[in-house]
Amino acid sequence: MKVPGYFLAEALRNLFKKRATILYPYREVDKIHLPEGFRGKIEFDRSKCIGCQLCFRVCPAKAIKMIEDEKGKRPVFFIYRCIYCGQCAEVCPTKAITLGKAFENIALRKEDLEVR
Amino acid sequence: MSFEVPIGPQHPIHVEPLMLRLKVEGELIIDVDVDVSYIHRGIEKGLEVRTYLQGLYLAERICGICNCAHSLCYCLNVEQLLGKEVPPRANYLRIIVEELSRIHSHLLWIGHYFHTLGFETLFMYFWRDRERIMDMIELITGNRVITSYNVIGGVRRDITPEIESKLRKTIEYVRERMNYYDKVIDSEPSLLGRLQGVGVLKPADAISLGTVGPHLRASGIKHDVRLDDPYSGHDEVPFNVVTYDTCDCYARVKVRMGEVLESLNMISYALDNLPSGDYRLKIPPFFKAPEGESLSRVEAPRGELVHYSISNGGMNPYRYKVRTPTLANLLSVAVMLKSKGDYEVYIADVPAILGGIDPCICCTARVIITDEVKKKRRVTTLTELERYAREREVRKS
Repeated sequence: MKVPGYFLAEALRNLFKKRATILYPYREVDKIHLPEGFRGKIEFDRSKCIGCQLCFRVCPAKAIKMIEDEKGKRPVFFIYRCIYCGQCAEVCPTKAITLGKAFENIALRKEDLEVR
Repeated sequence: MSFEVPIGPQHPIHVEPLMLRLKVEGELIIDVDVDVSYIHRGIEKGLEVRTYLQGLYLAERICGICNCAHSLCYCLNVEQLLGKEVPPRANYLRIIVEELSRIHSHLLWIGHYFHTLGFETLFMYFWRDRERIMDMIELITGNRVITSYNVIGGVRRDITPEIESKLRKTIEYVRERMNYYDKVIDSEPSLLGRLQGVGVLKPADAISLGTVGPHLRASGIKHDVRLDDPYSGHDEVPFNVVTYDTCDCYARVKVRMGEVLESLNMISYALDNLPSGDYRLKIPPFFKAPEGESLSRVEAPRGELVHYSISNGGMNPYRYKVRTPTLANLLSVAVMLKSKGDYEVYIADVPAILGGIDPCICCTARVIITDEVKKKRRVTTLTELERYAREREVRKS
């Protein structure tokens, strides 16, 4: 008959190893390493935008609205609707839209989650 | 005398809402009724009002864990409609990410399965090692879970030599761990006692109920879409179809363990033989698909996934239909849970049997399963409810 406890040696060995998790929200925040090309909060460069509306038309989550400012048409991004698919960054002809590394996109007011 | 024990829609053994009505005599289960209609999300209708490009992101979100299989199936479907063929490098990259997501799904399932059986230590170790795979997916695609990697006409990003070396290291690490866990599962009597001889599904039953995927392979039948109908260059990448013939919950664990090892081999082969060249076709964001219909099949981590679409020549599909593997597998739960002759099922076995099919209700609940008994029950409750409502109105006036 087999005896339980085959796993015991491994379990005891792991007692003395470093823990696999990080104490995320309050301590060890600097241990988070995001890879190159991570899809986070949208970053927008107004000087490159030509107002072609492509991002507005492809957005699957309707997270982009077009508005008029002194230089002409431009998009506004609502991060609370964004699904981080990166389609707008891909379709942008002048690379005015990029996806940054900010992933803690929580706010108490809607206006804080708009990228203008 | 028999009692009815409801398990669900919300219950600690369920991760997602699912209703099981068990008819019990003492501890023995004699009849069972399955209802999955608690999270209808209207995704098929949603796909009909979006353009093909936007639909990709919705199709990807049908299921979080098998998102890669869903997006691949959607892309294959639309590419078939357009009559386009992706470059060979894209096929290999698709295989790499698909197999990575299969490994992460299987490790998640095995870990969670042991958690429901009460073996917490192994659950922790499986999920710790799964994290390595998640890091790799994040490195290649840009996100841990929702990959957004497959696009219509290829894949979105290429693999750099730096990523490749990291991936190879991870594969070696996970392979070593899996070989060790394989031994652990075979030599823990407490685990074997919960798994062996529980939830037996005979091969004949498995075929007649239309089960798919690892669940079917655990009943000893060699069926795999990757082998039967190679869809993304699978005919070039060699692999073994893992089957097991004890037909019980133990076989289901062993099949998935074997599949993780096979997937690791497939990824190393794909990395070794990665063709050079383009990884994506240029397809404009807005296009009209020619009139016609197309059907695509993908071996998702849980089994065969089918997408079917009809196009009437417009910017969006006229009709889109998704058949997810859990829907095919759920019917077999009703058979496995019924005591018959020598085969006895106890209430304590319900988590083991239900967990064994790797249920994913959120992608299944676009269809309602009804059987005659339940229909009858529903009608009576509805009329009772109506009568009750009418009586209340009378009382009020």
